[in-house]
Amino acid sequence: MASKTKSTFVNMVVVLFVISALASTALAFVYQATKEPIAKAKLEIKKKAIAQVVPEFDTSYNPIENMFKIALAEGDSLECYPTKKGGDFSGYAIKANTNKGFAGEFWIMVGFTPDGKIYNTAVLEHHETPGLGDKMQKSKSNWSEQFTNLDVPNIKDIDGDGILIEVKKDQGTVDAITAATISSRAFCDACERAYTAFKKIKK
Amino acid sequence: MSKLKIFTKGFFAENAVFVMLLGLCPTLGTTTSALNGLGMGLATTFVLVMSNVAVSLVKNLIPDKVRIPAFIVIIATFVTIVELSMQAYLPDLYAVLGLFIPLIVVNCIILGRAEAFASKNNALDSAIDGLGMGLGFAMALTMLGSIREILGSGSIFNMKIYQGDGALVFVLAPGAFIVLGYLIALVTKLTKKA
Repeated sequence: MASKTKSTFVNMVVVLFVISALASTALAFVYQATKEPIAKAKLEIKKKAIAQVVPEFDTSYNPIENMFKIALAEGDSLECYPTKKGGDFSGYAIKANTNKGFAGEFWIMVGFTPDGKIYNTAVLEHHETPGLGDKMQKSKSNWSEQFTNLDVPNIKDIDGDGILIEVKKDQGTVDAITAATISSRAFCDACERAYTAFKKIKK
Repeated sequence: MSKLKIFTKGFFAENAVFVMLLGLCPTLGTTTSALNGLGMGLATTFVLVMSNVAVSLVKNLIPDKVRIPAFIVIIATFVTIVELSMQAYLPDLYAVLGLFIPLIVVNCIILGRAEAFASKNNALDSAIDGLGMGLGFAMALTMLGSIREILGSGSIFNMKIYQGDGALVFVLAPGAFIVLGYLIALVTKLTKKA
């Protein structure tokens, strides 16, 4: 067996340098190799989400290629994917984020029909607590079904704060997830942001 | 030590969770369901085997005084490779486990095995040790996850076994401590030499 390298200054610097260099080279290769599949996988998730949240549409009009951005405030804009059916706009899938989540920002896709109803919602990416906040995912519980066909323009704003989509604790209409009120509030906030954006398209 | 013994000691005699009490952060954090526990355990096993082999191959080249940073760089490299490949080729699994993968870097079992075993033994023994320790860890996490899922959500591996939501506390952190405490007591009782 070869004898062990002595802990001299030069040895330590050289060994650490070589290891770091090898590690970064290896990672650069892996990054390059996985870059495209990752982008593809993410696009696939987006496509699936769009198809889930809006009514059936003509594939000849590609919502991803016709994406446009809607500014809510300065430096704050949401992506909107419009869909057409028989020449008319049939739905708008809006990718909305919120930073009010229990574990920071998360992204959902909210689909609107032209009359302002929410057709459906889908969670894109989140970091909420597994077992609690992640019940907002369709695969974990049916909580988010209450947003399906939600007639937003006809929700009565009881407390008059201008926010329509709120949990019951905030005088809204949405049942919060047990023990995950913050995640539920954030989900509502994202929907509300999407609705604000939707109203701007209609103008 | 025979190869078989190197492999089996990770399950009970030196189980990372029940006996050595190493890596408790991912243990407590990720075991909200049986599937999460199993996935985390298997991802850890992969990194553990790879890093054990790599460390045992370069152990004589690394000066003692810088061995810890060198090991950490090796481990972090494998974890990043796992994360990127999973994101690219297994997006569904990544959606479930993605949150936990970066945690593997700071799992002290991996550094612990690199330090205590791989840096003193040859590559084959180190690989066997990594596999045994990793599977032992996966087993512990799956047991913990199953019990918490049954008590907390009324299901196992996402299959409902009784109506209702179960006791919420078992999904939360305190439940993890309670279940882990009882499990350690049980394993200690069963494996203690009279």
